[in-house]
Amino acid sequence: MREAAKMRKATAGMRAFAVLNYLFLAGVALTCLLPMVNQLAVSFSSSPAVSAGRVYLWPVDFTLESYEYMAGKPEFFKAFSVSLRRLLLGVPLSMVVSVLAAYPLSRQVHEFKARKYYIWYFIVPMMFYGGLIPSYMVVRNTGLIDSALALALPCSINVFNIILLMNFFRSIPKEMEEAAAIDGAGHVSTLFQIMLPVSAPVLATVTLFFIVNHWNAWFDGLIYMNSPANYPLQTYLQTQVVSQDILSTESLRDIRQIANISDRTGKAAQIFLAAIPVLAVYPFLQKHFTSGIVMGSVKG
Amino acid sequence: MDMPQKMPVLPIAKKKRRDAWLRNLPLHAMLLPAVALLFVYSYIPLFGNVMAFQRFRPNLGFFRSEWVGLANFRYVFALPGTMQVLWNTFFIAAMKIIAGIVVPVFVALLLNEMRSARCKRIVQTVIYFPYFLSWVVLSGIFIDLLSPSQGIIGRVFAAMGLEPVFFLGDAKIFPYTMVATESWKSFGYGTIVYLAALTGIDPNLYEASDIDGASRWKQTLHITMPGLRPIVLIMTVLALGNVLNAGFDQIFNLYSPQVYSTGDILDTLVYRLGLVDAQYGVATAVGLFKSAISFAMLAISYIVAYKYTDYRVF
Repeated sequence: MREAAKMRKATAGMRAFAVLNYLFLAGVALTCLLPMVNQLAVSFSSSPAVSAGRVYLWPVDFTLESYEYMAGKPEFFKAFSVSLRRLLLGVPLSMVVSVLAAYPLSRQVHEFKARKYYIWYFIVPMMFYGGLIPSYMVVRNTGLIDSALALALPCSINVFNIILLMNFFRSIPKEMEEAAAIDGAGHVSTLFQIMLPVSAPVLATVTLFFIVNHWNAWFDGLIYMNSPANYPLQTYLQTQVVSQDILSTESLRDIRQIANISDRTGKAAQIFLAAIPVLAVYPFLQKHFTSGIVMGSVKG
Repeated sequence: MDMPQKMPVLPIAKKKRRDAWLRNLPLHAMLLPAVALLFVYSYIPLFGNVMAFQRFRPNLGFFRSEWVGLANFRYVFALPGTMQVLWNTFFIAAMKIIAGIVVPVFVALLLNEMRSARCKRIVQTVIYFPYFLSWVVLSGIFIDLLSPSQGIIGRVFAAMGLEPVFFLGDAKIFPYTMVATESWKSFGYGTIVYLAALTGIDPNLYEASDIDGASRWKQTLHITMPGLRPIVLIMTVLALGNVLNAGFDQIFNLYSPQVYSTGDILDTLVYRLGLVDAQYGVATAVGLFKSAISFAMLAISYIVAYKYTDYRVF
């Protein structure tokens, strides 16, 4: 009798915990989602409704005003195209360089003795950052200021991504390579005909990481581009949406926001548009990256 | 007798070695682009840190600028605000390290208790997302959200009859706002590693303890937590390299002069000294100071992780 009562009590407690747990995690997930939803709602609302504080999660007085305002702003589209150009130049370059570097590093030491020196060469920059000013000087002295290469080249090498690729190549069964080697395949054909065809998940993960990295980078645009016409979108957004606020005090900012009300809906629209590419690749990214992270950060 | 036998062996060994070298030649060629890029964009800046000991003039370059010894370091550490900046950096970074472990572990434990795989996946998908947004986008959102008069949070506070809080404008609150918003951005992503560790715990342990009549709470306490301990330890040790990384992208986009007293960090100081005031040598000195300490902490943490856990970086 007493045992049964205890059991029932335990299950009741467990059920209560389960319900609370679901509620809590649902709340946590919502806090990650709602700020974006709020921005979206603000961007589709009329300025008076926004400044009256009537907009929460759904547009009030639905209007496309702020998007029409954006459509009349050539700087925004210019910055968007700089960002796209950066992706088209930077991502393929990053992928080629990373894959080519990851393959030799995935060889065993007995096969490729120099690996142990190379690997240190790659690890040192990961541990010791050269610093902002010297990096800036290098780009400046190589004449890349205001050039698209200043955005694509320094960003193209990411040791973490190379290690992700390397670990994946190492997990491919040795038998496949051995069979190819017996058929007389050299390193180049082993990489392109044996390894790459079975590496789709990790290639997808790393490509998406590079896309997100290149898209989100803003500081390099700010320091390496003298002319605002060359700013990529995130840098443009930084100067438009964020840095104006830094210069004003909190109270001044509010006064200005009341005076120049259309500001907020326009900003929300820009923020949302700048996040669209990340939103677009995220479902694909999400499918692959967890295994990639686990593989890259913790291995036995 | 030995000689004639040895003589022909040598060229064969040599030939073998040469063949191996030839076969591996493509490997060196494949590494070349990455090696070259790293050399230009990582190693040259590394050596470019000699600027820290120079009165650097861009037109004279690394080689012809005047050497001034430790004068840049002495100058910057004699400035009245530098010690405060160092403390701000450490304080914000340390809180972020702690929050960056506690929050993901807590959420991972709760996620692990979710029975429905579908709900679990939905929650995961949503909480990983903010990690992939840039601090420019997120700063735009937070500036709007946290504005005392206009933001949602301000309106909620007002509705509850509370005083408005200047999350980004009050120097006393600013560091905590940074820690909270950073945790918000990256806690979901942080759970990945712990969830992986949780699925690695032997299910037999749970079954055995079920038979022994252990409650879920007891199981969490005596099976799950000890199962997580090694990975939590590793992540803590590895986080030590971040003791001076307070998060430039975030703070640069959210701070303002009225919170400099608590919110200014080494990286923002380097930016203002170097790229705004063009005091290249002084700014490099601050950057080198930070890099050197980070490197020392990282090296120590790797050695500790190597010795006491089976973690291998490469």
